[in-house]
Amino acid sequence: MELHATGLSCERGGRTVVRDVAFTLRAGELLQLTGPNGSGKSSLLRLIAGLNSAASGKLSLAGGSEGLSIAQQAHLIAHQEAVKGALSVRENLDFWRDFLGGGDVAVALEAFGLTRLADYAAGLLSAGQKRRLALARLVLTPRPLWLLDEPTVGLDSASLVRFVDVMDHHLASGGMIIAATHVPLGREADHRLELAGAS
Amino acid sequence: MSLILALIRRDLMLSIRQGGGAGTALGFFLTVVVLLPIGIGPDQALLARIAPGALWIALLLSVLLSADRIFQQDYEDGSLDIMTMGPVPFEMVALAKAVAHWLSTSLPLAIAAPILGFLVNLEAAAVLPLTLAMALGSIALSFLASIGAAVTVGLRRGGLLVSVLVLPLYVPVLIFGLSASDPGAAPGLTFAALLILAAIALVSLVLSPLAAAAALRAYLR
Repeated sequence: MELHATGLSCERGGRTVVRDVAFTLRAGELLQLTGPNGSGKSSLLRLIAGLNSAASGKLSLAGGSEGLSIAQQAHLIAHQEAVKGALSVRENLDFWRDFLGGGDVAVALEAFGLTRLADYAAGLLSAGQKRRLALARLVLTPRPLWLLDEPTVGLDSASLVRFVDVMDHHLASGGMIIAATHVPLGREADHRLELAGAS
Repeated sequence: MSLILALIRRDLMLSIRQGGGAGTALGFFLTVVVLLPIGIGPDQALLARIAPGALWIALLLSVLLSADRIFQQDYEDGSLDIMTMGPVPFEMVALAKAVAHWLSTSLPLAIAAPILGFLVNLEAAAVLPLTLAMALGSIALSFLASIGAAVTVGLRRGGLLVSVLVLPLYVPVLIFGLSASDPGAAPGLTFAALLILAAIALVSLVLSPLAAAAALRAYLR
């Protein structure tokens, strides 16, 4: 499996935020996106997730499932947690399991130490716990490509260790990760892409 | 299909737990219907004549009251982003959310409205045709509202704008809804109006998910 991008550019509101990006990511590899604020890290991730369309360039996934778009084979963890406060932690994951097509809620809860909190309303969770609930979606439904936008924000050190474990396991089983972050991920990246930020 | 049902189930659960859906709309409806006789005066014959029209207009306004929330929360908390990456077309998500709005708000209102009609001296013979017409018409009301909700999803305080955008689209529903709920009309005429109402509901059921999904995609990029 191989994700291949050439000459990728992306516009937002008439301004080019990502210019001429190229990378190749193979199964089991982690690509870290770095760059100052506004350099287009989030825009690039949203572009790969199919939310944004490329102004130019090509993006292709070789060796994936036939008939599925790249977005349908990817998880996006963005700044917003996509957590419903009125539902319990378990109900939140139950919904995403049904919507995204399968998975084991108990395993996902366990992976981020949320089992004890499963029946609490998600609205009562702290910021870090909410982030863990958002990250639990990664484990819940297996998808080969993970697009992570500042995934470690708000995580305590114990959760960070769990998260690194989860990433290691995903990469070891042939997954791919693209992570945009300022801080060290707790794991060495296989590739780094410095986005300079286009004017 | 189970995925669509999961989405509808979640939206219904949210509307029950968070309130602000059917409860508020029903309260608003009740208030309008109570205010009407006070404003118009105690002329029973006049009230009976305007009752179906007044109930229909109160229904349209009450449905719109909660319409801006169809996509708002899922847009703000990022759920819509993820829903575009699901295994079904995004149009189906828009469809499911409109169905959830119909089940949680429009349908309960359409069933309650004729019952509350006694406050405006609605004829007993009009209750059944009015319920039937409103139940049918409420499908179109929810689906058309979902277009307005999608177009204004990124705007703060978009609620009023939804009403301005959607109310003109409600005119055909109002016209045929009224002729379908007139007990004095010839039976063939009532039936024809009901059929047209059903046709409007079907057209909006097919077209509004397309329009709503297109509008939402434009916001998400």
